[in-house]
Amino acid sequence: MMKTSSRWSGIGFQTLAVLLALAFTTVVMLISGADPIQVYQNIISGALGSPTKIADILVAWTPLLLATAGLLLTFTAGLWNIGIEGQITLGAIFTTWALRLLQPTDLPPTLIMTIGFVAGALGGMIWAALVGLLKIYGNVNEIFGGLGLNFVATALTIWLIFGPWKRPGVGSMSGTEPFPLELWLPTLSGFRLSPLALAMGIIAIAIVYILLRGTYFGLRLKAVGRNGRAAFLMGIPTTRYMLMAFLLCGLMAGLAGATQVLAVYHRLIPSISSGYGFLGMMVAMLVNYQALWAAPVALFFAALNIGSIQLPIVLKLDSSLSGVLQGSLVLFVLLMDGVRRRLTRNQ
Amino acid sequence: MKVELIHIHKHFGAVHANNDINLTVESGKIQGILGENGAGKSTLMKILSGYIQADSGEIRLDGKPVKINSPSDAIRLGIGMLHQDPLDFPPMRVVDNLLIGHDGSLFPNRREVVRAFNELQNQFGFSIDPYAYVDTLTVGERQQLEILRLLWLGARVLILDEPTTGISASQKEKLFETLRRLAAQGMSVIFVSHKLEDVEFLCDRIAVFRKGELVGEVNPPYVTDELVKMMFGRVISLEEKRRYETCDVSFHLDHVTIEDYRLQIRDINLSVSCGEVIGLAGMEGSGQVQFLRTCAGLMRPVAGEINLGGRRLTGKPYRAFLEAGIAYVPASRMEEGLIPGLSLTEHFILAEEQNGFFINFDKALATTRQRIEDFNIKGTPVSTVESLSGGNQQRALLAMLRHPVNLLLLEHPTRGLDIESAIWIWGKLKERCKQGTSIIFTSADLEEILQYSDRILVFYGGKVSPPIDAESTTVEQLGQLIGGKGF
Repeated sequence: MMKTSSRWSGIGFQTLAVLLALAFTTVVMLISGADPIQVYQNIISGALGSPTKIADILVAWTPLLLATAGLLLTFTAGLWNIGIEGQITLGAIFTTWALRLLQPTDLPPTLIMTIGFVAGALGGMIWAALVGLLKIYGNVNEIFGGLGLNFVATALTIWLIFGPWKRPGVGSMSGTEPFPLELWLPTLSGFRLSPLALAMGIIAIAIVYILLRGTYFGLRLKAVGRNGRAAFLMGIPTTRYMLMAFLLCGLMAGLAGATQVLAVYHRLIPSISSGYGFLGMMVAMLVNYQALWAAPVALFFAALNIGSIQLPIVLKLDSSLSGVLQGSLVLFVLLMDGVRRRLTRNQ
Repeated sequence: MKVELIHIHKHFGAVHANNDINLTVESGKIQGILGENGAGKSTLMKILSGYIQADSGEIRLDGKPVKINSPSDAIRLGIGMLHQDPLDFPPMRVVDNLLIGHDGSLFPNRREVVRAFNELQNQFGFSIDPYAYVDTLTVGERQQLEILRLLWLGARVLILDEPTTGISASQKEKLFETLRRLAAQGMSVIFVSHKLEDVEFLCDRIAVFRKGELVGEVNPPYVTDELVKMMFGRVISLEEKRRYETCDVSFHLDHVTIEDYRLQIRDINLSVSCGEVIGLAGMEGSGQVQFLRTCAGLMRPVAGEINLGGRRLTGKPYRAFLEAGIAYVPASRMEEGLIPGLSLTEHFILAEEQNGFFINFDKALATTRQRIEDFNIKGTPVSTVESLSGGNQQRALLAMLRHPVNLLLLEHPTRGLDIESAIWIWGKLKERCKQGTSIIFTSADLEEILQYSDRILVFYGGKVSPPIDAESTTVEQLGQLIGGKGF
């Protein structure tokens, strides 16, 4: 009895949070002089208006799923892996590097792309391992370490694009020279969607779900995250588990970067991570670090991103409006959760 | 200040934690609250101090009904509570701990605060350095600090929850003297404890709680048997002391020297046979904890050798000690022992040897049910550890120990537990001794040390006595050693 009633009240508060976030976003729209109904219609038609658009949502969903899956592991271990943006970027850089190296060789394209994925995963892991080692051995909080490495990753990208990897002639913000078609990950005909990349995202979140739900690894990670001292005294090698969380998260972030290169942009561009790392943090917070809900919420966030793309063209509004909605959703859900706790405590 | 609690009810889910409690505490009196764990004492005190709110009932201070919705309400009304675990900020200085929680201007006047603090502590004969960091103080000193802080904030009703656990005999004496003086000044003191001796010695009146109800109030002279009967509903007596066959020497400390930033203990030699119980006595902070942590592999000795069953452990990491069958049970359960947010089942899974990659939840659930029954834990397999009472947390911690353990290191194994639980826990521990486990434990309770140890080490100011046979010594003799006489 108690359980179901608290679950229903939980859903009630979540619904209220969504309504409040919508109201808040509407106010923002009104302030910027737009007609909210028109904007929402535009977002919906922009996201679901055509099969191409729906496919685009899935294209955006893939890196977001990978990032969220990785972050669920670090969050479980009690770690704020802010550095995920840099890890995605390094994944993309390593993939680009591998492709550039192997492009002139006679290796079959499939093999080159596979190596590209492996390189991407490695890049993400290296960047994540740096954060982890800095934390464990250098006493640098992972938030600061990650933030620093994010800037380094961005600088590295820009340097590569305008320096060693610049297009023949002159470097440009549009990125490096695109790869030839045979190094593009196969897509569904007529769409930009690569089923392989999508499958990778879904498998990643499924693996994380299983890891956290039913394995010793997941439970120990949880123990480390909630009380590192007690976990250590129980005999759990806490630093090893923290490092593993970083490495796995880096691996998934690196794969996200690799898909951005191999399946979406086919080159290295300045903001290759597209903010999916931070968006993934918001998804993880919104689902209260539960893997089960991460996939649908990530899908919804991806839809908002795609839906708002045409806002600047049609309504002369900035597409960051979807970010306002996403951010306010997270804030209001956390707020309502706090309100609910306060109310139930006083009962 | 006169405190009246009228028809107080409090439910936690299905548990009726306070059932129609009526209690009056006159000003200038020391009121004892006696009861075993989970009897509802702490709940009532939390209601009075604003941490939780009663479902129904009324609180009156000097006859005036008041609403206490938060601890800051309580302190504003003059009610201060001293918690079992000191609620201070260890990495900060004493003076900053005072400033926190004090309504003051943006730029606090530290010098003035220090002056007031020193004046206050002179009154009671305390000597805490206001500029010391709190984590360098002993539990007893932190308690003194907390009392001073509450007085400084204007408390006129002082609630103390199990204040005599974890402090030394002389600190206890000082505490009692302080409380008497405060009562003489017209303050009301509410003294919550399960220690008959302390309550009998100190209190002007005792209210006994059992299973959420106030079963009766007693005035001096007290009859111990009567109080025990009220607490438990029956009379219990201490178990007869039994010794078990000892075997070959198993745990060795050879010329070990321990050092940390505060103290140095030189040249410790000890051989512990399997099945033997060693009690560590001494004032809090005399090095017992450092000694235990060295035995556990959490602190490295600066000199000497540690061996277990012929295996050299000196300088090895904690995990090697763990794998050798040395288990350490820390005193701070929620900080170092258990993991908040995880259920009992999850704790038992973590404590078990890993078996494959996936967890077999059915098996884990069955194990958990068994442990809950074996260890008499009041909770369900899905209960989170923070929802358990202190005694049940301690039982859970002991239930998590693996079989077999060669050496069990316990910090205050029965701290904060009632007599019945303490006896029960020692019964469990002695069962292990029968199977060959050696035990080294610390306790602030000399009776406990004498009752359960085979041999005793006394710590005093960086020195350790040679092992003393528990049967041929007395409380008086130990007391002298603890006070530094006879080294």
